[in-house]
Amino acid sequence: MKFRALFRPKTMAVIGVSLRNDQHPANVVFNKNHLRYPVKVFPVNSKGGSLHGEAVFKNVADIPHKVDLAVIAVQAEQVPEILAQCIESGVEGAAVISGGFAEIGRNDLQQALVSMARKDHFPFIGPNCLGIYAPATVDTFFLPIERMVRPEQGNVAVVSQSGGILVDQMLKFKEEGIGLSLGVSIGNKAMIREIDLLKYLEKDPATKVMAFYVEGFARGEGRDFVLAASRCRKPVIVIKSGKTAGGGRAVASHTASLAGDYEVFSQVLAQMGVVEAKDELELISFCEALSCYQVPIEGRMGIITGSGGHGAMAVDVCSSHGLPVPPLTVPKQENIRTDLSRSIKKIASLGNPLDLTGSAIDEDFVTAARHLSTLPEIDCVLMLLLPYLPGITADLGARLSSIYEKAGKPLIAYVPHVEKFRMLIEGFELNGVPVSHSIEAAVLMAEALRRRQPC
Amino acid sequence: MLKKEIGKTLETARPNGWVLEPDAKAILDAYGIKIPRFVRAAQWEEALPFVRDHGFPLVAKVISPRILHKSDVGGVVPGIESDEELHETFQRFSKMEAFQGVLVEEMAVGRELMIGAKVDDQFGPIILFGMGGTAVEIYKDTVLRMAPLQEKDIPSMIRNLKAHLLLEGYRGSEPVNKGVLTKTLLAFSNLVMDIHDSIESIDLNPVLCSSKQCVVADARIVLR
Repeated sequence: MKFRALFRPKTMAVIGVSLRNDQHPANVVFNKNHLRYPVKVFPVNSKGGSLHGEAVFKNVADIPHKVDLAVIAVQAEQVPEILAQCIESGVEGAAVISGGFAEIGRNDLQQALVSMARKDHFPFIGPNCLGIYAPATVDTFFLPIERMVRPEQGNVAVVSQSGGILVDQMLKFKEEGIGLSLGVSIGNKAMIREIDLLKYLEKDPATKVMAFYVEGFARGEGRDFVLAASRCRKPVIVIKSGKTAGGGRAVASHTASLAGDYEVFSQVLAQMGVVEAKDELELISFCEALSCYQVPIEGRMGIITGSGGHGAMAVDVCSSHGLPVPPLTVPKQENIRTDLSRSIKKIASLGNPLDLTGSAIDEDFVTAARHLSTLPEIDCVLMLLLPYLPGITADLGARLSSIYEKAGKPLIAYVPHVEKFRMLIEGFELNGVPVSHSIEAAVLMAEALRRRQPC
Repeated sequence: MLKKEIGKTLETARPNGWVLEPDAKAILDAYGIKIPRFVRAAQWEEALPFVRDHGFPLVAKVISPRILHKSDVGGVVPGIESDEELHETFQRFSKMEAFQGVLVEEMAVGRELMIGAKVDDQFGPIILFGMGGTAVEIYKDTVLRMAPLQEKDIPSMIRNLKAHLLLEGYRGSEPVNKGVLTKTLLAFSNLVMDIHDSIESIDLNPVLCSSKQCVVADARIVLR
């Protein structure tokens, strides 16, 4: 199956637009794409007529251009016929937004779509989904454009069984400055499923990391998915809902009782180096960290701070995640001390965490990061920056980022996220260094790089 | 035991839903997994030559297609030290439901571990490994891996147990032989991959591991 036309369409038919009700999902999709995205959009309704001055085609076959993507938003009973027309007239693929299929027990109707599409190798997303959001390319979500929170274009792809969760994640991506390469809501995943998208995204040059929100896999599907994910060169993040087993069903053996569905899910992911996010905070932190760094680490942390309290808290969080903070030997500490500025030379504690004190200046943070980046006992540097300290300037983010470029050791920053520190934060983010707004989330970012390592 | 015979054993056990312990052990034996020396006796006299040859202590376990959890009904007697004790045990067991005989077995020693398998709906055959004994569901100190296992999986399986230090020879106790444990786990994984179409789950519990050997003291194969 070829997905490129689906996700990077040049032409799109929106089938099922209403001539009377402009709130209809198909109209929302038409309106938000028409003249706003580079994709050329054609409205379709079997009655014909016109919509906002554009001719409405009675049949997708009447459109005088080759159609890459059809968005289908007609009633469930009519979808098989519409899908047949799309296949017949050479459309490349479809997103079936309509609900009323397996989710309400109409497996027969859903199966009709799948049989038809399989026979002709016609890829379709859904049914019962929001479809596709490709930044600056196309948006099939039936949410009015002014209500959408759109993240920047970036390198993280998100695939979700739930449309609502996907929209929510996009909102959080925007808040945290994480860029999106593609968002796909797969709904009932009748034909295109997680593993198909994993294989597509692995080859997609715009995507460096992919995250999947999964409610469940079909029989044996989880096995195929994790095996494919373990062979994938790009990090794969999975968040699972429905972790608690329904009911205390009696089981005949200890193994069956100890190996509950979620325990198996979680441990098999870890075995295969698939990064499991256990909750939303982990998901966002992991997406941000892995969008910057794709190489796994063991998680031996070097911590740099301007406040002893922040250093101590970070050590606690690291230790609760099982991330060691190895102490530095005295000669190594003295080596760093020589290069520090005169005002802190005598008062800085350099045992790890490295507390440079409130008198530290930009240069001291750069020096400390540069040294830690060369030490073999450290494989990740955590930088706790408090921009209210007088010696810290807005340039520091960009300066520290260049250390990663030289030394290749992942650097993660914590900066309180308030508007006045924006330039410092962007100095990191625009240079590919992840920034967190809490110590906990900063440590989670390191945890993400470690979970990428098969256990 | 050939693959064909294993298939036959599983087929015979199917109406009952699970494989009787002596049959389950014969299957393990065929895969090179160590089991205790045992005799299966319907009458007490049939056990005597084995008893004379082996000596005491011995363990006796009831064989009945209706008793899956033997200890729950008093169907396991460890530490038998005399003919009289053995005789009494036979008499008591013979009154149990659907009694088919008694498994008289040598007593193995070692750290109590557990090895198990389950066919998961989403992920297929899964191997479980952890601390064994009757309280496994209280401690829940186990790790799960998707089968087949590879040799490189084993060290992390051991390391991920909370009680892994007990396997290293904690406070002067005998360490578990990692080489033998690895071989046992890999052999078990082979077995699971061969018969996963027929099974729902397998419990080998306890598996008694010492510095010399790993012996499966009890085995339960539940069929699908």
